[in-house]
Amino acid sequence: MSGPSTYEPKTGIERWLDSRLPIVRLGWDSFVDFPTPKNLNYWYTFGGILTVCLMVQILTGIVLAMHYVPHVDYAFASIERIDRDVNFGWLLRNIHAVGASMFFLAVYLHIFRGLYYGSYKAPREVLWILGVVIYLLMMAAAFLGYVLPWGQMSFWGATVITELFGAIPLVGGPITEWLWGGFAVGNTTLNRFFSLHYLIPFLIAGVVGLHIWALHVPGNNNPTGISVKSSNDTLPFHPYYTVKDGFAIAVFLLIFAFFVFFWPDALGHADNYIEADPLVTPAHIVPEWYLLPFYAILRAVPDKLGGVILMFGAIAVLFVLPWLDTSKVRSMRYRPMAKWFFVIFLLACLGLGWAGAELPDKMVPGLEAIGVDFLLFGRVLTIYYFAYFLVILPVLGFVEKPTERPASIDASVTGGKSAAPAAAPAE
Amino acid sequence: MTDETQTHDGDGETRRDFIFIAAGVTAAAGGVFTLWPFIDQMNPAADTLAQSTTEVPLDSLDEGMGITVMFRSRPHFVRRRTAAEVTEATDVDVARLPDNDARNVNIEDGAPATDENRSAVTATVADGVEVDPAYARSILVTGANCTHLGCVPTGGEGDYDAWFCPCHGSHYDTAGRIRRGPAPENLPIPPMTFSSPTTLVLG
Amino acid sequence: MKNIHRALIAAAGVLAVGVPVAAWAAGEYKKPEEYTWSFEGPFGTFDQAQLQRGWVVYAQVCAACHSLEHLDFRHLGMDGGPFDQVQLPGEDYYTDFSADPNQNPVIRAIAAEYMIQDGPDEFGDMFERPGRPSDSIPSPWENEQQGRSANGGAYPPDLSVITKARYGGPEYIRSLLLGYDYEVPEDLEVRPGNYYNPYMSGQVIAMPPVLFEDGVVYEDGTAATVDQMAADVTAFLTWAGEPHMDARKSLGFIVMAYLLFLSILLYAAYKVLWSRVKH
Repeated sequence: MSGPSTYEPKTGIERWLDSRLPIVRLGWDSFVDFPTPKNLNYWYTFGGILTVCLMVQILTGIVLAMHYVPHVDYAFASIERIDRDVNFGWLLRNIHAVGASMFFLAVYLHIFRGLYYGSYKAPREVLWILGVVIYLLMMAAAFLGYVLPWGQMSFWGATVITELFGAIPLVGGPITEWLWGGFAVGNTTLNRFFSLHYLIPFLIAGVVGLHIWALHVPGNNNPTGISVKSSNDTLPFHPYYTVKDGFAIAVFLLIFAFFVFFWPDALGHADNYIEADPLVTPAHIVPEWYLLPFYAILRAVPDKLGGVILMFGAIAVLFVLPWLDTSKVRSMRYRPMAKWFFVIFLLACLGLGWAGAELPDKMVPGLEAIGVDFLLFGRVLTIYYFAYFLVILPVLGFVEKPTERPASIDASVTGGKSAAPAAAPAE
Repeated sequence: MTDETQTHDGDGETRRDFIFIAAGVTAAAGGVFTLWPFIDQMNPAADTLAQSTTEVPLDSLDEGMGITVMFRSRPHFVRRRTAAEVTEATDVDVARLPDNDARNVNIEDGAPATDENRSAVTATVADGVEVDPAYARSILVTGANCTHLGCVPTGGEGDYDAWFCPCHGSHYDTAGRIRRGPAPENLPIPPMTFSSPTTLVLG
Repeated sequence: MKNIHRALIAAAGVLAVGVPVAAWAAGEYKKPEEYTWSFEGPFGTFDQAQLQRGWVVYAQVCAACHSLEHLDFRHLGMDGGPFDQVQLPGEDYYTDFSADPNQNPVIRAIAAEYMIQDGPDEFGDMFERPGRPSDSIPSPWENEQQGRSANGGAYPPDLSVITKARYGGPEYIRSLLLGYDYEVPEDLEVRPGNYYNPYMSGQVIAMPPVLFEDGVVYEDGTAATVDQMAADVTAFLTWAGEPHMDARKSLGFIVMAYLLFLSILLYAAYKVLWSRVKH
């Protein structure tokens, strides 16, 4: 689909550069004349939004690091100094903290969009796997970053998560001490977490480069899931999608700005404004909202090692998803059964998030009568989470009868009337 | 790509150009304003600025004694000079100095580098405070970083028995003026105020 | 497709309602009362007179046990702080000292009332001197251990960010200050040195009631009732926790208006651009 390059150097300098480092050609072919399906809806704007999110986090992070002090005695105070005394420090820190949540909000919508339209299926498996790698790196960066303010949630979150590695048989203890650089989470831990927190975003940027590269080989998937068959199906990326993505980014920033300026602490925990105290554990330790579903899965298993395995399994299963879904049809738009299992899956993920935020022995509101507490609730949803990938998607491919699909992308938007016959082979 | 060939109908074209240019300009302007917090955060923060005054009690200084104080993270010489030192510095022909600018922010720019213009007589005096002019004349406060490349000169040395910079051999006199060596300017006089007859506030 | 969109929006709604509810579910205590504040909502700003009164309550009552570690005296005179505008003697207008709180006569006077340990001097000895605006507001305790032992083992928490560090924020702090008049439930044992306060997690608090009618004298003539003092000191502590709140909101309106305008422009550009494409 990438076809021959349409870039034509106009000036002597451009020709000179093009024969030595064809970087302008690369940009032109990737972001200007890149043929893009013309039926992409707003769910497809999150790639651009996520790029903005990553840039915002890196830029605000670099300037915050100019003022932050990674030492247990000064970390909390240095955050307070950023909030009070550094010029615009309060703004930059709000953007960075809210930005983490907005980043995850966008990545979840991006992932669920991929799940619904079958963007993980051939020939985009590598693209999908690279996406899961980015997601994993994001979780690592978010976890490490949350430790840096050295509040109570920072300290106890770091303790709880690093203790998870203690569940590994035989080497668990040594591994945890290796992670800590001591006998508990302390100054050495804070220092290395800061170093790694600074490193990971650049790793993410690198994998994002690969992700975009892997996107530009097969080209975009689209809401119909049908491959591009002719130039009638596509539009050049610029200006059509640059402007559409630009609009979506502006609306996203509007929501982002609302939280930054009018509700900055909504997505955080009050306990993290109490300086870390190794003697007192907060009454109710919960991770940030974007990690809650995994926390619920962890707690669903009564065994420490089992919980850890299941939690990591919840992400690991995403890596093999392209080979678990047996359907020949990409988009769930034409999969009458899968569509509803997907909706239940989405609700299950939200429900797991809810379960992760609550104490396990608390009754689920509305379900008290049948004695469902959040532990049981979380267990049921955990079973569905894994069943969706390991049972439902593999089986559906064989039992489901897809509905009729349009002949081409062009036909899908013109109602099939002006559709050119699919003469040219797509890829 | 169908519409690329269809855009040449005058009216629509103008409206389309206008909206693109307006959106582009608006986005670019927003980008420029967004840069400011990222730049301004590197300027001295409020706590740094607040510590930009230093109080120097002079009552413990006997004639001929000097101390070094920190002001805005840099050392400053504070010296109560002897009458002989003041006379020696006063008798110099300003026109023959390597730098005949007073380098004193307490008086107007470009004032001549006379001893009077260099001494604490030029300090602001707080309301209701009376300072003995002869006493103020004996006090000299200067930056302690050589105006050549920033080393700290040693006291009581050099051709003028005042300050000598060991790095590249600059000689300063008893009014902190450069007399010989590579340094281009006299040692700078910081902003100062007498908050009491024997207390000088720098900043 | 439309069904899926609706399902997604509904799911987002469930999440949005579910999370704030979760915060209160954790412990067994009384939900804080609802109060009205000048700084509430997107348009709310701090009431400077109230911040000044609140500082008096902090300085004369709370400061006996609670530190304000992350605040310097000069913060009281920063832009939007309690004392950034000062009416100098003999003048009928206010002078804005926020650019340099060091020169603010009110801040200098407040700081000078405290003795601050400094040093070492040229003999290597520590010495005490009157406070300056750039000094940190001193803690009542030499160290945490001293504070703990003087208070029956319960260290009075630092108040710099107290309204952000407690669920319920200002509502919780004000409710707690006024929460000493409830009857102790029969099944609850309150040991000597502790007090019953239903708003506190666990309902037992080591802090005695500290606000009494006319416990402080307000310079502006406001009657120092217990309710008034609780409201004032809570407003002051909210300001102390986030001194840039007014700036945050006012900048927020500019940014939101700009982004809204940009969104409209980009939407128009998008519509014009795509008008000839069937999609």
